Amino acid sequence: MTKYLLKRVLQAIGVVFCISLITFFVLNIVPGNPVEIMLGEFADQATIARVTHEMGLDQPIYIQYFSWLGNMLQGNFGTSYFQNKPVIDILTSSFLVTAKLAGIAYILAVVLGVVVGVVAAVNHGKWVDSVLMTISVFGISAPAFWIAIILQIVICLKFNLLPLSGIESFKSFILPGIALGTRYAASIARITRTSMLDVLSQDYIRTAEAKGLKGWVVTIKHALRNALIPIITIAGSDLGNILTGSVLVESVFSIPGIGKMLVDSINTRDLPIVQGGVMYIAVICVIMYLVVDLLYTVVDPRIRLGKESS
Amino acid sequence: MFKKKKDQTYQSYWSISWNIFKKNKVAMVCLFIVILLCLIALFAPLIAPYDPNKQVLTDRLMKPCGQHWFGTDDLGRDIFSRIIYGCRVSLSVGIISQIIATVIGYTMGVCAGYFGGKVDSVISFLIQVFSSFPFLLFAMAIMFVLGPGLINLYLALGLLGWASTARLIRGDVMRLKKMEYIDACKVSGGNSFRIIMKHLLPNCLSTLIVTVTLGVPNAIMSEASLSFLGLGVKAPMASWGSMISFSQPYIRSATYYSVIPGLAIIITVLAFNMLGDGLRDALDPKLRS
Repeated sequence: MTKYLLKRVLQAIGVVFCISLITFFVLNIVPGNPVEIMLGEFADQATIARVTHEMGLDQPIYIQYFSWLGNMLQGNFGTSYFQNKPVIDILTSSFLVTAKLAGIAYILAVVLGVVVGVVAAVNHGKWVDSVLMTISVFGISAPAFWIAIILQIVICLKFNLLPLSGIESFKSFILPGIALGTRYAASIARITRTSMLDVLSQDYIRTAEAKGLKGWVVTIKHALRNALIPIITIAGSDLGNILTGSVLVESVFSIPGIGKMLVDSINTRDLPIVQGGVMYIAVICVIMYLVVDLLYTVVDPRIRLGKESS
Repeated sequence: MFKKKKDQTYQSYWSISWNIFKKNKVAMVCLFIVILLCLIALFAPLIAPYDPNKQVLTDRLMKPCGQHWFGTDDLGRDIFSRIIYGCRVSLSVGIISQIIATVIGYTMGVCAGYFGGKVDSVISFLIQVFSSFPFLLFAMAIMFVLGPGLINLYLALGLLGWASTARLIRGDVMRLKKMEYIDACKVSGGNSFRIIMKHLLPNCLSTLIVTVTLGVPNAIMSEASLSFLGLGVKAPMASWGSMISFSQPYIRSATYYSVIPGLAIIITVLAFNMLGDGLRDALDPKLRS
């Protein structure tokens, strides 16, 4: 178990290192001198040369990479070109907003997805199953930003039930959470149904029913527990997608989260924020995938034992 | 006895698959929709009643009517014509980026599976790196560097989307390379290139067809998302994502402007997804039984 844990952690570090390499080199081939962008079009050549030297941008690219990586490991992501604040502060404050939104969306996706999937599987072949699965197929195919706009039109403008934008209260996060979570709820519902149907046809379910257990006990305790692995796989990979997908919903509802901040920085070509933001989210995603991977071993002893024996 | 044997006609893998696929009504309807969408994209100039970029400022935000079936946008452009041309953008991005992703994915997957050892370790690690990428985020980063534009979209989505294909092909090839006919080819002097192209490729074809069909809707969704964020196609080119983005200030007065492009995305993505599911059911021998 310890060996497996260590291997996965080392792998995750390797992945983060590779992502940092790709992020740095891809974003550094961006056309235009960042110093010129930062200082504006009226800056003279001497000032540009001085600031370029101060920022270390006249050094070879590999030295720039290692100093960037070294600084980042110490929590220094650089300074924003236009906001004149440390990038890490900007990222952290906007991430907290995104985390709230993504958290609501994720809880909605998992709870709704699993409930819908279980209900559909238990009612397999009946109209309930068909209706739920048809809705979920539409849910998977609808873009989050479109759902967000439709929710704004119906809930905010027609019925005036919830705020149209902003982050003033918890209420403000409900619609963005639904818009962001719908697609993932639909995909979790589909996988839950498939996995449950697989398990419900097993002999041990028949045994549980034959010994007189109540229907819901069999469904929850015997079937759902054994159907969890594929659900965790999908739910785990959705975590990262929800976090990055929040960018689409944030721009509709004007939520100052990390996604909106990243899009704004891309538009103003604020390289340190783009670079730092990409790394920040990527690292969080890798950590989440690692946690999910380790969660498997808790849920499924076969993986734990298999890894141990190998 | 002899006559009975004669009746047992030989059916190829593809004809069995087609027979199974034909029976799946949903998949057949989706195939029809996909073909229709492809025809719309191909013959857009013939179908669209107006120039998609022609601005008639006196006809701003007209509701759907006989003259403009889907109404007009904030610059007086015909939404129906823009939806038709938007179909071109969506399908071309979906299909071309998937071709790029498939070529890279197949090459990587086959090299990892066939050669094994260190090659496999390196490629498997790369697959892991690219799978850990938050896809949309890196697509945004690449579009930030390359700038908006159709060719840049093909490249960004193609270069990022190969990992899942590579993983599946690697698995297929690891299984296939133990087959006797591969040994036979090696013994008769066939080199690696010949084995990969002539023997492994046809046997991976069903996996590739399914991954491409299921990859297209993802790419279409990513294109719509990037265009929505202003990082996709260049204005004034019509894209369903950018149309939804531009419709935002008018959600009170012109609801149709936001709704219609979204429905176009849903129909297209849904058709490709269901077609992909149908193809998987028909082409995968394990699912057939």
